[in-house]
Amino acid sequence: MLTLTDKSRSNDMLDAEEGTEYLAFTLGREEYGIDILRVQEIRGYEPVTRIANAPAFIKGVVNLRGTIVPVVDMRIKLSLGEATYDQFTVVIILNIAGRIVGMVVDSVSDVTTLKPHQLRPAPEVGSAFDNEYLIGLGDLGNRMLILVDIDKLMSSADMGLVEKLAA
Amino acid sequence: MTIDMSQFYQVFFDEADELLAEMEKLLLNIDLAAPDDEDLNAIFRAAHSIKGGAATFGFTDITEVTHVLESLLDRIRKHEMTLTAEHVDAFLSSKDVLDMLMSGHRHGSAVDEAAVQTLRARLHELSEGKAAPTPAAAAPAAPAPVAGTPPAADAAGNFHLRIELPDVSAKDADALAGELGLMGTLTRDVLPDGRAVFTLVTTETADTIVAICAFVLDPDALRITDACAAAPAAAAAAPAADFGLYDTAAPAAASAPQTPAATPAAQAVAVPAAPAAQPAAETKNFGRRATDKEAGESSSIRVSVEKVDQLINLVGELVITQAMIDQRIAALDPIHHERLLNSANQLSRNTRDLQEAVMSIRMMPMDYVFSRFPRMVRDLAGKLGKKVEFVTKGAATELDKGLIERIVDPLTHLVRNSVDHGVEMPEKRRAAGKNEAGKLTLSAAHQGGNIVIEVSDDGGGLNRERILDKAKQNGLPVSDTMPDSEVWQLIFAPGFSTAEVVTDVSGRGVGMDVVKRNIAAMGGVVDIRSVPGSGTTISISLPLTLAILDGMLIKVGDEIYILPLGYVIESLQPAPVDVKEIAGQGKVVKVREEYLPLIPLYQIFAIEPKSEEPSEGILVILESEGKKAALLVDGLVGQQQVVVKNLESNFRKVAGISGATILGDGGVSLILDVAALLRSSRQLNADSLCF
Repeated sequence: MLTLTDKSRSNDMLDAEEGTEYLAFTLGREEYGIDILRVQEIRGYEPVTRIANAPAFIKGVVNLRGTIVPVVDMRIKLSLGEATYDQFTVVIILNIAGRIVGMVVDSVSDVTTLKPHQLRPAPEVGSAFDNEYLIGLGDLGNRMLILVDIDKLMSSADMGLVEKLAA
Repeated sequence: MTIDMSQFYQVFFDEADELLAEMEKLLLNIDLAAPDDEDLNAIFRAAHSIKGGAATFGFTDITEVTHVLESLLDRIRKHEMTLTAEHVDAFLSSKDVLDMLMSGHRHGSAVDEAAVQTLRARLHELSEGKAAPTPAAAAPAAPAPVAGTPPAADAAGNFHLRIELPDVSAKDADALAGELGLMGTLTRDVLPDGRAVFTLVTTETADTIVAICAFVLDPDALRITDACAAAPAAAAAAPAADFGLYDTAAPAAASAPQTPAATPAAQAVAVPAAPAAQPAAETKNFGRRATDKEAGESSSIRVSVEKVDQLINLVGELVITQAMIDQRIAALDPIHHERLLNSANQLSRNTRDLQEAVMSIRMMPMDYVFSRFPRMVRDLAGKLGKKVEFVTKGAATELDKGLIERIVDPLTHLVRNSVDHGVEMPEKRRAAGKNEAGKLTLSAAHQGGNIVIEVSDDGGGLNRERILDKAKQNGLPVSDTMPDSEVWQLIFAPGFSTAEVVTDVSGRGVGMDVVKRNIAAMGGVVDIRSVPGSGTTISISLPLTLAILDGMLIKVGDEIYILPLGYVIESLQPAPVDVKEIAGQGKVVKVREEYLPLIPLYQIFAIEPKSEEPSEGILVILESEGKKAALLVDGLVGQQQVVVKNLESNFRKVAGISGATILGDGGVSLILDVAALLRSSRQLNADSLCF
């Protein structure tokens, strides 16, 4: 988490630092951001093959050019917005440590570069995500992005996407 | 600029593996009475190539072993020595040691240092001891001993040698001490400047020692003196040498006359190795063969399995896309779109050819597996005192790489069993009027879409009575009137898997259940044929590839699942009276006078079925691991070959599902794990099925 000293230092280095690019998407009325480097592609929603006895937010699997990819619906997972599927529903295909997973969201808005001085520590409350999975908040003046540590989230036991060694 | 050598390690290991396998094959085939020069040269070249590679990558231990091996081989191929059975054994064990050293480097597995030392000592002994009568090698060795004065041998013929090492690491010094210790009694001391000095009482000559030390250090820097003679000399020059007043100038002066003496010794030993470094110089003798080999190598390339798999995936994708196009254009009017339809036809033909060609890349000849058995059979037969003639047939038959790797263990088991229990002892065979040497045949052949691998021996055959007795003891349901084929299948029962139950000739009990389970896991079937007194044949039938599966498409509610056809016995629509409910146990269905547990798929996968009534659906009778069950589905859709995709590469294991595939319409369909379904049905039946 960023401290004040961090912030002032990053202000000094403003010109030198590149900042990080985030893909912004919406879930319900909240706007989220994830590291663009984890995004492989963005697709429309296609019918999935249901996996029996899986949690409701795991919609099933789809064929992505010959690879079987699981699709999770973040709206169901986080109880945000209406889980409707139409031609506007978007699936963000993520590539996390070589594993590919699709994530259904309400919509994708844009790609934003956030300089370090625009980052704010995540508040203790007020988000559907557990704080553990948040990087912080991105301040864009009139907008605010909730920055999600997507690597950590997708590989967490919560999501049940990967086999846990203990299991 | 530094290059990361580790990226080339894999190539070296792969190559060395091949070379070792080649070497072993040649050694096993070699005729001791009249060894073929070409073969000897080939073995020598293999050892030399491994040595070169190992030296490049800095695997000193491998270099050292191969160096000794190579020196010995070099003498043999130049006819300075006659090849004996002892040599062949030593070469074979050096192959094992090299294997071990390589896996040590590769996987970090434990290395048995003692075995390495023993082997090197053995090779040394062979090359030194037996070389003595050969004038060429012995002559330069003779003047080697130090300073022109022959070392004084004591009454027992032992030399007392003082060996001064140059500045080497403690590790090397330890290694040398261990090595030299094998040759006699070694005492170790440290010079004031930190160098190690050994006093060795041995029957070996100084040049042998130089030869051994040459692996670790520069022979020129080594000083070997006769301990008895040197001690007084040193005492005269610098009397306090051993008391800490050693004058550094003195040993330099003392060593001056000795160095030239040590050098010829080193050279003498180095001579046999020198031609080894330039086999090309001997083009006259074996250049032709070498050229042939090079030509063969340049026509193949090494590609990683991932790349091939990626190619296969892409082609699989192409096939699916092509199937989609076919579906779309089938709706078109053939008169108006004749040219489009023709092109589509051509595309589908090309796609099929492409798929076949790509699939063949993953195919490997069975020789890859078979080639490891001659050695095993030879060793095992030797150990058991049996004579076994080993024959392989159809080694060129090709099988998917994934399967080939998995068939090795079961096959090893079966071959070992055949040698151990199948083939009788020579006396017994003679008494039975058979050839003393048992014949063990390993064969592979294509039969339809399957490959059939057979391990067959001409031994005593299975003993029906013993098996039945044993089965009764184990409480298996048997009767004396069972057909042979069913009796033979009993040996696959888990209860038969301990060695002490059926030990001698008839007994083939060791872990056969594991063999059968492994083969079943590959989608294969094991069958046994046996005739008392004339032998047993165990035949394994496997699908050609794991990547493609014959599947039956079934429908439950709106969902389509795939059943591997290998498990399906039949499908039928039951009459309502045949379905019985057992309180708390779920339902059973009577099929041909047999009650089978009923597995309602809709219940397991929580699907809304068309009908929950078994008599309105279809029952698919499945068999796995000898157990049958009836799977209730809504209907059958069809039968087709499907490309198996891994679900776990991006997701986790799903209970009851073994994989997934992509159907003609681009959708994903899940492949049922029949074995797991049946297993679960045995444990419970009623409302909840958990895996």
